[in-house]
Amino acid sequence: MIEFPVLSLMTFLPLLGALFIMTVRGDGEEAARNVRHVALYTSLFTLALAVYTVGRFDETEAGFQFVEYYEWIPSIGVAWHMGIDGISLLFVLLAALLTPVCIVASWESIRVRVHEFMAAFLILETLVIGTFCALDSVLFYVFFEGSLIPMFLIIGIWGGPRRIYASYKFFLYTFLGSVFMLIALIVLFLEKGTTSIPELLDDPVGRDLQMWLWLAFLASFAVKLPMSPVHTWLPDAHVEAPTAGSVFLAGILLKIGGYGFLRFSLPMFPEASQHFMPLVFTLSVFAIIYTSLVALVQKDMKKLIAYSSVAHMGFVTLGIFSASVEGVQGAIFQMLSHGLISGALFLCVGVLYDRLHTRELGAYGGIVNNMPRYATLFMIFMLGSVALPGTSGFVGEFLTLLGAFEVSTLFGTLGATGVILGAAYMLVLYRRVVFGPVTNPEAAKMRDVNDRELVVLVPMALLVLVLGIFPGLVMHRIAPSVELLVSRYEAGIHQSGQDAVAPEVSNAR
Amino acid sequence: MELLAVFSPLAGFLIAFLFGRQVGDKGAQFVTCAGVIVAAIASVVLFSQVNLADAPYSRVLSEWIVAGDFVANWGLRIDQLSVVMMCVVNVVSACVHIYSIGYMSHDEHKARFFAYLSLFTFAMLMLVSADNLIQLFFGWEGVGLTSYLLIGFWNHRHSANAAANKAFVVNRVGDFGFVLGIFSIFLLFDSVQFETIFELAPQMAGVQLEFLGITGPALTIIGLLLFVGAVAKSAQLGLHTWLPDAMEGPTPVSALIHAATMVTAGVFLVARFSPLYEYAPEALMVICVAGGLTAFVAATIGMTQFDIKRVIAYSTMSQLGYMFFALGVSAYGAAMFHLVTHAFFKALLFLGAGSVIHAMSDEQDMRRMGGIWKHVPATYVMMWVGALALAGMPFFAGFYSKDIVLEAAWADHTWFGMFAFWMGIAAAFMTAFYSWRLILMTFHGRQRADEKVMAHIHESPNVMLMPLVVLAVGSIMAGSAFYGGFVGSPSDEVVMRDGQAYVSAWNKEHFWGESLHVLPQNDTVEAAHHVPLWVKALPVVVGLFGIFCAYVFYLWREGLPERLAGALRPVHQLFYRKWYFDELYDLLFVRGSWSLGLVFSKKGDGGIDRFGPDGFALVTWKIGALLRRMQTGYVFHYALVMMIGLIGIVSWLVIRSGGVVAP
Repeated sequence: MIEFPVLSLMTFLPLLGALFIMTVRGDGEEAARNVRHVALYTSLFTLALAVYTVGRFDETEAGFQFVEYYEWIPSIGVAWHMGIDGISLLFVLLAALLTPVCIVASWESIRVRVHEFMAAFLILETLVIGTFCALDSVLFYVFFEGSLIPMFLIIGIWGGPRRIYASYKFFLYTFLGSVFMLIALIVLFLEKGTTSIPELLDDPVGRDLQMWLWLAFLASFAVKLPMSPVHTWLPDAHVEAPTAGSVFLAGILLKIGGYGFLRFSLPMFPEASQHFMPLVFTLSVFAIIYTSLVALVQKDMKKLIAYSSVAHMGFVTLGIFSASVEGVQGAIFQMLSHGLISGALFLCVGVLYDRLHTRELGAYGGIVNNMPRYATLFMIFMLGSVALPGTSGFVGEFLTLLGAFEVSTLFGTLGATGVILGAAYMLVLYRRVVFGPVTNPEAAKMRDVNDRELVVLVPMALLVLVLGIFPGLVMHRIAPSVELLVSRYEAGIHQSGQDAVAPEVSNAR
Repeated sequence: MELLAVFSPLAGFLIAFLFGRQVGDKGAQFVTCAGVIVAAIASVVLFSQVNLADAPYSRVLSEWIVAGDFVANWGLRIDQLSVVMMCVVNVVSACVHIYSIGYMSHDEHKARFFAYLSLFTFAMLMLVSADNLIQLFFGWEGVGLTSYLLIGFWNHRHSANAAANKAFVVNRVGDFGFVLGIFSIFLLFDSVQFETIFELAPQMAGVQLEFLGITGPALTIIGLLLFVGAVAKSAQLGLHTWLPDAMEGPTPVSALIHAATMVTAGVFLVARFSPLYEYAPEALMVICVAGGLTAFVAATIGMTQFDIKRVIAYSTMSQLGYMFFALGVSAYGAAMFHLVTHAFFKALLFLGAGSVIHAMSDEQDMRRMGGIWKHVPATYVMMWVGALALAGMPFFAGFYSKDIVLEAAWADHTWFGMFAFWMGIAAAFMTAFYSWRLILMTFHGRQRADEKVMAHIHESPNVMLMPLVVLAVGSIMAGSAFYGGFVGSPSDEVVMRDGQAYVSAWNKEHFWGESLHVLPQNDTVEAAHHVPLWVKALPVVVGLFGIFCAYVFYLWREGLPERLAGALRPVHQLFYRKWYFDELYDLLFVRGSWSLGLVFSKKGDGGIDRFGPDGFALVTWKIGALLRRMQTGYVFHYALVMMIGLIGIVSWLVIRSGGVVAP
């Protein structure tokens, strides 16, 4: 059966929309409205394609599906090579889902340079979907690196007062990291003579080289995710970015780091992954404890949520490098769930910011009286962030910690302190904003969420609950690919006979 | 039937919460009450089915979390233990729902209140009917959430919000232990399903587990970790500080959540895991000591408080202590028995106190009550029933259950059993004392309320009194009615196990079936039937003495309490200040983590930035500035630099080649 190239279509559709937007003339309100609609319909159509892809996805198959292959630079074998498996499938869907959300969220709050803003967002979507679909390391690198630019512009142009500092910091941090990845990709090419990711997966390099390459990839992905201590760009970027920028940053861009670990580090360098596992675990629990404590004392809502993201990504790295099926599936689930929850939390902050133009915790309080619907929605996301069972947050956090605990009771235990700290800072946030006596008369006059805000927040809240109660919807689709990944990792370790040397940290029986 | 018993409160919640505005206050009250009453009837039917047929069963509803070897389903386990809990939860909840119609009649957010109550009931039912640990944890967290929502129900109050947050976070400390317990169980058993765990537990008795560098008996470690969860949820000493503060919630909430049901979840947990705890004697020892200490310390505090609800709250904590030391000596049946009777009489006391508070225009301080018994006669009688049951006076419910608990502790014949027994006896005296202190200060003596309050004073409406009557009947009857079934009667039947002869009530026909597991050598419930007469009589004697003391102190010799408090000032302060737990925790944890966070935020991230990106940018900028200064434009400068460079390269080449060529 001849498949039409759905992945390429999905990748380029937003770009097409962006090009179309740039042809829309005029600066008036009329033109801006047209632009918004074009952007929205483009992103919705992309979402429909993504849903179609998920529907057609064969969930019993562990390998890549919807594969497309066209020659690109034949002299060195670089190709337009796309395909998705269970690991990337849902990230594509998440990106396609969050883009319309972001566009709706910017409907009224973005008033200047609407053309450019919407175009930047659609280009960003193209690049991100491309990143998740790319099966060629050069292609991956191009998309990966390219996604920096629109986000750099979104923060730098439509951001807050310190946007220049924040956008440069974001750019330099990430760029510096990916330089190492570029070198590693070149070395990989020189070593193996191919840039095809499936081929690289089937044929790991030698142990010593693995160490260096693993570190180079770490430099890139650790910044992107971000892991402590290279996370300091994130709070600044979030605080300065417009609401939609924050949503996309937290929802999708951070996940590229985790995806990179799953696509490159773990399966291509299994021995190095095992070797450096204590390092990753140390950094992860450090991130969980340190950033949670920092989040506790923040006075800026966005900063608080930004720090909580770093802590949540700590669970992700714990899960990934536990290299167990439970841990890795938990990590993927945690990333998807965090994409929804933190995205929605930034939207919630945006709702308040649009009304009162401040993100100070102290400026609010007692708004449950005038904004009851908002309070309910915010509570669902807050509870998701706290990982209450029944929300999607629980499944990921629980499985990643379980995975870590199976490898090492010490790191599992330290990571689990996040259970307490996470509740502490989120409850402080919620209490100070939503409950308590009314201190600011302006805040008491704010109107409740309007229909346009509801259209975005309600589906996300439902998703958080549905995925919390029936996580199988996701788990079944990712399971075969994760099992393949883990078996590949284990085979990689066995092959080198390292198994006898490497101590199992804990031995149950 | 089991679906009806568990899910009808959920339906009530959904309708009241989502369509509260459409159905109105009356509608919301109706659907939630109806949901819980249906559930109550269904659970009584289930109780009789399971009891008569002795046919426990499990049923899987749907898949939940499946990842690798990890499987957790949504499922219901209907056995003796869970039906007893379901009956208690649903019956008390139904009473509280109906009572709340009257109590909350002046509140603006009725729909929300009833929705939360029903959601709580549902979460509690999920907890007790779970067939695996993860669903139990779902219920466990669900009741925590609803407790948080209801404590902070009056969310314009700072104190209510603070109490709600405290309850959630302190419970999270317990959850931390609980989650680690779940992880360890999975590590050991490769399953979180109760069936599997209980089946394999005997084989795991000798297995060692390495946890944080300590290697110890696996089941003991697991038992202790799970117990950490129970300590927080059931307000045992150490993680109890949230419970008294939780009294910020409306009184019906205190009755339902913080007396009758949620706080007993820890007791239920340990009883549920009796097949595991039986092989973890060290864990049981810790539980026993913790329970004994809690019973004692809480009672000392209860004697000195003036807030009527706080007195009852500390009393709850103390009674939970009884249940835990009963668990600690393997008297699971006795602990569950006390849990049931306590649910009735403590809910009665709280709702009675609520009736008083309602009558006194929301006054909670007993120092501003007194002499009102003629105005609220029905409430007064109800409080007497509750107090008699709490103090363990003969033929009331507490008499049967408290006595069997104390007898079992004595009959254990271990040092910790003895310790718990004497702690329990001391607490029994104090319990009777503070119960009558409460009754006398509230209803007798001078009228200390001001005239405005006295003018408004009124007996509560029937909708509030009727649930009190139901609970009062329970407080009188539950003891004698369930005694035989829950803790058995003495038996002379001798069974042989492992070559030794035991007398065991547990091998006879008894109610609990397989749901509670007791090794024959640990059968303290049976042994409790054979203790000397003085052990049986002592609790009642000290109880009567406690009542007598209360009369002396608070009715016959006014001013004596103050003088005694003055004479024993340090001791009184220690009790009154609640043994300084709050102050200590505030200093250590709240302020500690706050200042740590501040330091990290300022120094940590600032430091990373200074040496990382900002530093990098600065260095780049400085090098740039330096290089710019070198671009002087003078030819001889460039020539000089070129010369130096050339000399450098040549000499390096020479040295290197010299190093290679020269021998």
